[in-house]
Amino acid sequence: MPVREISGAKVWRRRSTGEALLRWFGWLVGVAVFLWCWQRISAATTWFFVWDAPRIAGDILDRATPPRWSYIDALWWPIWDTLNIATLGTMIALVFAVPVAFLAARNTSPSVWIIRPVALLIIVASRSINSLIWALLLIAIIGPGVFAGIIAIAIRSIGFCAKLLYEAIEEIDETQVEAISATGASRWQVMVYAIAPQIMPAFAGISVFRWDINIRESTVLGLVGAGGIGLQLSSSLNTLAWPQVSLILLVILAAVVLGEWVSAKVRGAII
Amino acid sequence: MLRLKKLVKTYKTGDQALKAVDLEVPKGQVLALIGPSGAGKSTLIRCINRLVEPTSGEVWLDDIELTHLGAGALRRARRKMGMIFQEYALVERLTVMENVLSGRLGYVGFWRSLTRRFPQSDVDEAFRLLDRVGLLAMADKRADELSGGQRQRVGIARALIQNPALLLVDEPTASLDPKTSRQIMRLICELCAERGLAAIINIHDVALAQLFVQRVIGLRFGAIEFDGPPDALSPEVLTTIYGEEDWQATIKKDEDAEDDSVEEELA
Repeated sequence: MPVREISGAKVWRRRSTGEALLRWFGWLVGVAVFLWCWQRISAATTWFFVWDAPRIAGDILDRATPPRWSYIDALWWPIWDTLNIATLGTMIALVFAVPVAFLAARNTSPSVWIIRPVALLIIVASRSINSLIWALLLIAIIGPGVFAGIIAIAIRSIGFCAKLLYEAIEEIDETQVEAISATGASRWQVMVYAIAPQIMPAFAGISVFRWDINIRESTVLGLVGAGGIGLQLSSSLNTLAWPQVSLILLVILAAVVLGEWVSAKVRGAII
Repeated sequence: MLRLKKLVKTYKTGDQALKAVDLEVPKGQVLALIGPSGAGKSTLIRCINRLVEPTSGEVWLDDIELTHLGAGALRRARRKMGMIFQEYALVERLTVMENVLSGRLGYVGFWRSLTRRFPQSDVDEAFRLLDRVGLLAMADKRADELSGGQRQRVGIARALIQNPALLLVDEPTASLDPKTSRQIMRLICELCAERGLAAIINIHDVALAQLFVQRVIGLRFGAIEFDGPPDALSPEVLTTIYGEEDWQATIKKDEDAEDDSVEEELA
């Protein structure tokens, strides 16, 4: 008890002496473990390369500037592909994510014991595997190219969108649902009039947020052959064409900035 | 018109919210349901239109027994019962017009309601009702732009456009200031009189109830303790409903109450 009586006055402290000592001991152990780990890592590191790193980085930066601007002509198509992979992938994902979300939300699921676990399984399965790995699998199944990239992005996004959306559905104000039900509306009418308006801001926010993420993800899909600008990035890296790499990174940066700008606009307009 | 026979509701937690309630409401009668929080007032009116499923007993609306209806028949029965809520329960992100028209959902098919193509007669009626509750100019505003009193008027219009025979009113004034509370209660009671509607109004404010209704039911622990005219609410009666308290100030039947903005609070 932190409250003690010393000569008639009640004294309050945040922790008793024993608790305070215990916490200090905890901190001591934590710092000791950290120092021990640091020492182990240090022993396993070739410090020569680390000390050399700034020089190498400077060297690469030196070789990479100025970017090879003329190479841009070879990048228009790939970046367009990349944006399309992200956009189409997100759209396909949303088509599947909406019903999955309604099946997974506790308050709209037709069966909490059978259908809800299935929907949750779909969400977990989709979320647990990175889109790069989905792309590797899909290239083996449907061959390399943009289509594999779109499907990989879509599969990975279903779980993400469905999860956030079903959480939004579970947080709706139930009295609005009651009010619409009380008018004699059918289950589908309740969905359109009482639930849809309440989750619309969340839906718009989730869609543009995922689209934004997907632009980033689709830039690397080309590394494994699933279309987009990653293919050029990979071949430029392999041939040590640093001025091309720097240009590609600039183009990706521009695409991501564009995505951020659009999603900020959409969110501002809808909410 | 409405008859409850031995209506019982036991929640999963084991709480018995209603203990064999018998009640008969004739056509056109406005009655107030008073009682302490947790007495089962909300449960009672939600059991009538089955937003809450009663455990046993019967609910008769005219010559239809509601507790055993299937989904489709229940929808048709619900069209005859308008409901008004404490926190208005408007769909905040829809316009006033859409909220009012949502009262017609029971009469309109899914695709028409999805595309908002309501029959012109419904739209005419919606404008007429908005005019009646004094919100014609607000038809195109979003519901979350309105004040509390205005929202409750939209709620009233939504209930009335159903063309109901019965109004179920759950604490219509609990979120409103005293003046608006009176206006809303007056509006509800006037509209009931105009249309010959019966109404069950849950209300905490005993003095307000006494001003407007023809009959008062007192509920305590899920059972009816009092059933009589508003004048018969004596301190003894209120003590049996709510428990010991000084009730003189609460039931003072004041003619100057209209200007008296401070109402006695009953928690």
